[in-house]
Amino acid sequence: MRVRIIPVGLRALLVELPTPAHVQALVADLERRRTDGALTGVDDVVPGELTVLVDGVADPADLAGRLAAWRPASVRPPDGPLVEIPVRYDGADVADVARLWQVPEEEVGRIHSTPEYRVAFCGFAPGFGYLTGLPEHYHLPRRPVPRTRVPAGSVAVAGGYAGIYPRDSPGGWQLLGRTDVVLFDPDRDPVALLTPGVRVRFRNLGR
Amino acid sequence: MTRTRYVEVVRPGALSTVQDLGRPGHAHLGVPRSGALDLPAHLLANRLVGNPPEAATIETTLTGVSVRLGQAGTVAVTGAWAPVTVNGRPASWSAPVSVPAGAQVDVATARRGVRSYLAVSGGIAVAPVLGSRATDLLSGLGPTPLAVGERLPLGEVTGPPGPVDVAPTGTLPEELALRIVLGPRADWFTDEAPRILTTGRYVVSTASNRIGMRLDGPPLPRRITTELRSEGVVLGAVQVPAAGTPVIFLADHPTMGGYPVIGVVHPDDLPRTAQAAPGTPVRFVL
Repeated sequence: MRVRIIPVGLRALLVELPTPAHVQALVADLERRRTDGALTGVDDVVPGELTVLVDGVADPADLAGRLAAWRPASVRPPDGPLVEIPVRYDGADVADVARLWQVPEEEVGRIHSTPEYRVAFCGFAPGFGYLTGLPEHYHLPRRPVPRTRVPAGSVAVAGGYAGIYPRDSPGGWQLLGRTDVVLFDPDRDPVALLTPGVRVRFRNLGR
Repeated sequence: MTRTRYVEVVRPGALSTVQDLGRPGHAHLGVPRSGALDLPAHLLANRLVGNPPEAATIETTLTGVSVRLGQAGTVAVTGAWAPVTVNGRPASWSAPVSVPAGAQVDVATARRGVRSYLAVSGGIAVAPVLGSRATDLLSGLGPTPLAVGERLPLGEVTGPPGPVDVAPTGTLPEELALRIVLGPRADWFTDEAPRILTTGRYVVSTASNRIGMRLDGPPLPRRITTELRSEGVVLGAVQVPAAGTPVIFLADHPTMGGYPVIGVVHPDDLPRTAQAAPGTPVRFVL
């Protein structure tokens, strides 16, 4: 297995990994070590698609040495908590998506709500999780022209990912439906519902 | 009965925000770090008025700010050099200034630099979000930018004003020279790219903000032209979007990026970056 460790400035390391499963395994490992006190002097552990950024590192050279020897105990990631998201599949792009998937419009919600997803990483906005789990033949490009405003709670897909817009924002993903679930609330504990490793099921409320 | 201590915004200027040490440690949730762009200036302003480092100050942008104090207190203005007046009378810059109740403190347009920091004894005590009072212009966390007539609560005064009467401050050179460490994606660019970066004529673009400093200048040619898989990005990263001209990520930067980062600016050079006005020449030093 190839683990490439790239220095990022003076206080961070970027770890390149072969698969998203390795990313999840390393993040779980690093979080466990931080909890145990075996890994100190680190501010942030940030998973990406095929990378883990470790930022705010007190001694990057020492950590790089320890990470070079890292091998996953298992690439089957630990079972994160399961979150259920009820969805009304009446999104603005259901017809377009049905055409691209070559299915009747009624099928879009069923297809989207069938797999179990997992939060691979977060970004774009606080609480926005990039969810993997949609079978490859359902992967779709972004909209050719992004929307200037996508309403909060919009359930969408693009590339290999599914996601939910935590707040009103511009966006280019294909909109399948909406949910009333609050994804990010700074006054709640935990603030973000979807954090890396969390498993997600969409419950189909129809159209 | 204790009266609520406050400052009232008389003139917010082009953009004035509440800033502190920010909210690092939440990047994995997509939460930017935010916080004062010129951190040493923020810390100095707090020290001068007797506040702890984590107390919130007001960060201005080029055109200053005017506030009225609801009660007597101590203020200090640091960072970008700007004329300071109290009720119209000249007051010291980068020094503790005693201000009577009801007095108006004006920070005029910056003569040198971009961002001044106005500290008030007790600190701006708006409700913290994820442990910080900082306004994050990318994600919308924290208070909205200051508006006319807004009253900002102040915290309890915890210490006496700083012992320095006039604090030493660094000078701002005419040119912004930035030390840069190449990577993590320097190999995505041609062999000429580092030479172009270090010898090209770059200037600070007017499109710069708290999220990033955009530069105008020669584009950096890519060797690998495929799309980069989204990856975590650090403060000070020099990201190169499709157009090829670099952007330096500042405190409100997105946590993830989809364009390659050719290098990262030395952390000690970021405060000067925050003070470089549009049009300032920028030179990268390996």
